[in-house]
Amino acid sequence: MPRSTFYLRTGPFAIHLETREERLREGVPLLYDDGRLIDRPEFCDFHVTVERPVLRRWFRPKTAFHFEGAALFTPSPPEHALPLFEWGLNWAIGMTVNQYLVVHAASLAWGDRALVIPGPPGAGKSTLCAGLASRGWRLLSDELTLLRLDGGGLVALARPVSLKNESIEIIRRFAPEAVFSRPAERTLKGTVALMKPPAESVKRIAEPALPAWVVVPRFTAGAAARLSPRPKAEAFLELAANAINYHVLGAAAFSALGELVDRSLCFDFAYGDLGEAVAGLTALAESASLPQSQGGTAARAT
Amino acid sequence: MMNRAAGRLISLIREPERISGLSLGDWDELIPPARRAGVLARLALAADRAGGLDAVPEQPRQHLRSALIAAEKQRRDIEFELDRLAETLKGTIGRIVLLKGAAYLAAGLPAAEGRIFGDIDILVPKETLPRVEAVLDISGWRFGEMAEYDRSYYRRWMHQIPPLVHGTRGSLLDVHHTIVARTRRLQLDAAELFRAAVDIPGRPGFAVLAPADMVLHSAAHLLNEAEFDRGLRDLDDLHRLLCHFGRDPGFFPSLLERAAKLDLRRPLYYALRYTTRYLGTPVPPEICNAAELAPPNRVLRAVMDALFEQALLPRYPSGHSTLRELAGLFLYMRAHYLLMPMHILVPHLLRKAYMRRAEQQQQAGVV
Repeated sequence: MPRSTFYLRTGPFAIHLETREERLREGVPLLYDDGRLIDRPEFCDFHVTVERPVLRRWFRPKTAFHFEGAALFTPSPPEHALPLFEWGLNWAIGMTVNQYLVVHAASLAWGDRALVIPGPPGAGKSTLCAGLASRGWRLLSDELTLLRLDGGGLVALARPVSLKNESIEIIRRFAPEAVFSRPAERTLKGTVALMKPPAESVKRIAEPALPAWVVVPRFTAGAAARLSPRPKAEAFLELAANAINYHVLGAAAFSALGELVDRSLCFDFAYGDLGEAVAGLTALAESASLPQSQGGTAARAT
Repeated sequence: MMNRAAGRLISLIREPERISGLSLGDWDELIPPARRAGVLARLALAADRAGGLDAVPEQPRQHLRSALIAAEKQRRDIEFELDRLAETLKGTIGRIVLLKGAAYLAAGLPAAEGRIFGDIDILVPKETLPRVEAVLDISGWRFGEMAEYDRSYYRRWMHQIPPLVHGTRGSLLDVHHTIVARTRRLQLDAAELFRAAVDIPGRPGFAVLAPADMVLHSAAHLLNEAEFDRGLRDLDDLHRLLCHFGRDPGFFPSLLERAAKLDLRRPLYYALRYTTRYLGTPVPPEICNAAELAPPNRVLRAVMDALFEQALLPRYPSGHSTLRELAGLFLYMRAHYLLMPMHILVPHLLRKAYMRRAEQQQQAGVV
């Protein structure tokens, strides 16, 4: 198979990818061909390859993610190359970037105000994120939220949203216009498909966004959408627990997160239906854009 | 034979003042091997001295800053753990001899600058091990997860007990009772190391190896370890130690003397050969080629040179080189060969290969 070289720009980062994997050779153009496949830049932040170790080329082939020449993770079946690349890139960003606080959370913007969604796997974070992104919210990031240490703004990556198992079908039905990669089956997280970020999110990637809401979601089948205020201290702890380089940045991380929580309304959010959840959060955002509505009325969206 | 990026990285470590005025493209080439070798923060410090970090273009500057922040974090962590350790072991042993990174840091040596620390290494007299282990256990230090075979391998052959992990803090601690594995055919008298160790001013309870011993330990580590990803960092550590201690005119003669006494002449020979060759370390030529070092024959030396160069230099751009893999494998075998006689080595490597395979199959089953 011929070797392909891709140069991508996603938010502040330029990425150099070398691969022979078919899934990447078809998936990367599909997901990133919105002006973000670029000519070779003078400087790339991350040099990565996805390729098969010598002994895994022929018999039961496996492919591996390499960052700057070192293999990360155990090799995976070649069909998993695309999610492997996305996870590997997350890892590389999470392990090396300290100019931002890197939080394992989704984030989206409504105008210049942003919603941050931390949450454990299975809480419905990515589903909610994909749902909001296909209803007028601007996708900042699905997996890694980058928080500036000066000024507290969020930096958008607008990379593909990683959907797992039933969520894939739910979003297909919810947003028929959405573009998906071929699903990769039987990965560590089950079946994974990547959703291309809406064109508008990519076009407006450089627009500023200041955190205004922190929402910790919990998907419960059959539950009505309900926002309940979450004490700021608890919201802080939730974000800190999900901040990958919190311990590296120390005091700077503490004040950046403190500022974020201070300027945000914080909620727990139980939901059972995606449409209702998206409508509820959008109502929250719209009510907040009216003057003088920062308080209690916004706390209940349903 | 050397690839361009690695060659440039080495020349910058050698002459850090040349770092000012690098272009974006230069940084693009240098950052991956530097990060991989664990010298990115050192490069950042050099850039800061050469012309200020602000003179570096924005994108690479972010990587340099990030590396400095990470190095600072590790320094903070090590300082914290040293405090805890002094508290924990007070009264159990007279003084804790620090090794490697923690020693450089505690003694304020230039080798600590921008260094990546993985763990804390300490050296304690072998007869105190049961007491030390018991006290550490009470304070929350546990052996990391490890197969029974590996554990007994450590106990039987290694110069340290199995690595310890702190139960709540996750810090790593290596407790050594000597500086080279006991199976190495030539033995070393650990009591010599303790006798010569020197207290650290301002840090009661801690000591470090005498300068010559510290260099010898670093030299033994450079070539006899099975891990080479950090080879350039280790070489730079040696370079910094030699530059620092070498200002004392008595140092080099004492180095030769200790190498003979501790039976570490060959590692020292290679350490001097490669630091002077790659980093231009100011070592008097009569020391490098001293007959006391019992240099290897020309053929063996040429083989080692080639292997060392392959294994030392981080590869870029593809990062993946079969040649480098093979050289690494060869040095891995060599490190083990130095450690053990063949009739122990062969079953050991077979067993390790089998364990790795079983582990992979287990993982594959999960996926």
